[in-house]
Amino acid sequence: MKIVVTVKLVPDPNAEKRIDPVGMRLVRSGVETVLNPYDEYALEAALQLRERLGGDTTVTAFSMVPESTKETLRKALAMGVDDAVILSDASLAGSDTWATAYAMAQGLKKIGFDLVICGGLADDGSTGGVPGALAEYLGVPGLTNARHLEIVDGKLHAQRETDSGYQVVSGALPALVSVTMAVGEPRYPSLKGIMGAKKKSIATMAPADLGLDRAVGSDGAKTELLAIAPPPARGSARVVEAADGPTGAKIIFDFLKEKKLI
Amino acid sequence: MNFDLTDEQKAVASLARDFAQERVRPRAEEMDREQSFPYDLVATMAELGFMGLPFPEAYGGAGGDTVSYALAVMEIARADASTAITLAAHVSLGATPFSLFGTEEQKQRYLVPLAQGKMLWGFGLTEPGAGSDAANTQTKAELRDGRWIVNGTKAFITNSGTDLTGGTTITAVTGKRSDGKPEISNLIVPQDAPGFSRSKKYRKMGWRASDTRELSFVDAEVPAENLLGERGNGLRQFLTILDGGRISVAALSLGLAMGAYDEALSYAKERRAFGRTISKFQAIQFKLVDMLCEIEHAKLMVLKAAWEKDAGRDYAQTASLAKLHAAEISRRVVNEAVQIHGGYGFMDEYPVSRMYRDQKINEIGEGTNEVQRVVIARLMGL
Ligand SMILES: Cc1cc2nc3c(=O)[nH]c(=O)nc-3n(C[C@H](O)[C@H](O)[C@H](O)COP(=O)(O)OP(=O)(O)OC[C@H]3O[C@@H](n4cnc5c(N)ncnc54)[C@H](O)[C@@H]3O)c2cc1C
Repeated sequence: MKIVVTVKLVPDPNAEKRIDPVGMRLVRSGVETVLNPYDEYALEAALQLRERLGGDTTVTAFSMVPESTKETLRKALAMGVDDAVILSDASLAGSDTWATAYAMAQGLKKIGFDLVICGGLADDGSTGGVPGALAEYLGVPGLTNARHLEIVDGKLHAQRETDSGYQVVSGALPALVSVTMAVGEPRYPSLKGIMGAKKKSIATMAPADLGLDRAVGSDGAKTELLAIAPPPARGSARVVEAADGPTGAKIIFDFLKEKKLI
Repeated sequence: MNFDLTDEQKAVASLARDFAQERVRPRAEEMDREQSFPYDLVATMAELGFMGLPFPEAYGGAGGDTVSYALAVMEIARADASTAITLAAHVSLGATPFSLFGTEEQKQRYLVPLAQGKMLWGFGLTEPGAGSDAANTQTKAELRDGRWIVNGTKAFITNSGTDLTGGTTITAVTGKRSDGKPEISNLIVPQDAPGFSRSKKYRKMGWRASDTRELSFVDAEVPAENLLGERGNGLRQFLTILDGGRISVAALSLGLAMGAYDEALSYAKERRAFGRTISKFQAIQFKLVDMLCEIEHAKLMVLKAAWEKDAGRDYAQTASLAKLHAAEISRRVVNEAVQIHGGYGFMDEYPVSRMYRDQKINEIGEGTNEVQRVVIARLMGL
């Protein structure tokens, strides 16, 4: 069983985010690059599957990144992933969701897979559009928002999170899933993993290796960023005063009801 | 000259930081209050590989370098000094003697489980009447019928009485040298040696979640082969171990200072007085700048000592300087951190109050500030 986890590298979510007003992109210089936190859950799900399946199951991390940041992927290798592949080229810069999914799908076909696991969202762009688009380009079943994964007799069984509970679904392999944070807290890499990670391979592929038949990068993007604006400042809060707890609770309840929030 | 850490060192520091901030920090207040030893955190540190960080993989370690080890202790101390000393004493004082002076058989028997974190071990140098003056060891061991018979008392021994502790390595007088001075050797005393017992945990001002006890030997019996290193080399061996230990206690002092600084910085940005946050007052800004300056200075010294050790250089003087300086700046930093917190800093639920108490031992353990100066002056050839 070959599992490939898609991993994005993003600016440290704990760092203050700044946007370059001219280029309208996130300023990445001076900010540490880390694994997209949501993708760490995808890695965790893949490693759990490998533990349960045993045998010759392997987990590969796949990332579309500039060559210069690829060492960040060592953390995935330290967590226990077998190897990593990056898709890297200047022509890929400025790819939107569509161009990213198209280029990555060609890369995934080249790597080969039984199961692709994605995180639900990227912490920087937050579109959440790539997993669905990838499944489409790959021509495989796409199960999004999975909270639990199981492979039994070569078939994928997943629990899909919904607003009110979860659906139990199954599908044939090869397939693609995106996972939620309910799959389990991402493990810490162990020191042994850290020391062993430097011996694992991070292979590089370029668009030229893939025989793309459409433009990628900003040339291939279907969306154009017109303007950006900070979110409106939050208005001041309303403070309620009440004689006692139950009276206060009633005022808050009525307020929420009036806003149709409950 | 290059100040970059290697990718591996960065990864170790980042793992230690995540573990410390996510698992240790939320527990520190309760552990301090209850004086409870964190068996579960030790188990996680073992699983992650911290308990054997600098030892070779062949002996159950992680094969890391001293820089990584110092960074790990620093990050854990930043969250909780008690957990950090449990780790630092285990690695630098408990396991290192076996790694440096053990026979192959002793390494297999003791170093392997210690590096795997399955067992803890004490380092028994200090006695009620012999602290700074460690050569004044009164504990005696006599070889009788193929066994050492040990009599004496050891004071303030870290990790000596936990449920995981396998024993303690001690200094004991084993005879007289040809020059008439006492011959001091190291003996491996397992926890179940007849005649060996431990007191209850001391009640302490700081490091309250660490395990510190008095050890008593009354005709305690130890097999003859439990000699560690050569007979008569005991004091020299222990002093060599302390040279390396200074790097880790320096890292611990530094980490504590960093933790107090983190708390003070975030508090200063939140606390309001006279219509603005106190971080807008120059008096507070200058305190924070001075704290950062001292921390950066100590960090350079600690990492330099660790780097020298990794490079196989003579690191004793740098390690001593780093230990002395980090211990002293940790006092100034925790003091200002409490000051910045005002009355809240005096309250137990604020971490800085615990850090203030945890700090003092930095200037006493593994060589007091005064003794550190004596050691450095000697190394300077004065
Ligand atoms: C919590 C804790 C944990 C410890 N863990 C361990 C452990 O695991 N193993 C172990 O062996 N020990 C341990 N110790 C002991 C520690 O290393 C000693 O307390 C320390 O070395 C000081 O010795 P002392 O307490 O006997 O003080 P003393 O040596 O009596 O010192 C008293 C004062 O006199 C000063 N002084 C002494 N000699 C000189 C001199 N020549 N010149 C100038 N001033 C001098 C000292 O600096 C100090 O101010 C621990 C101590 C504590 C508190």
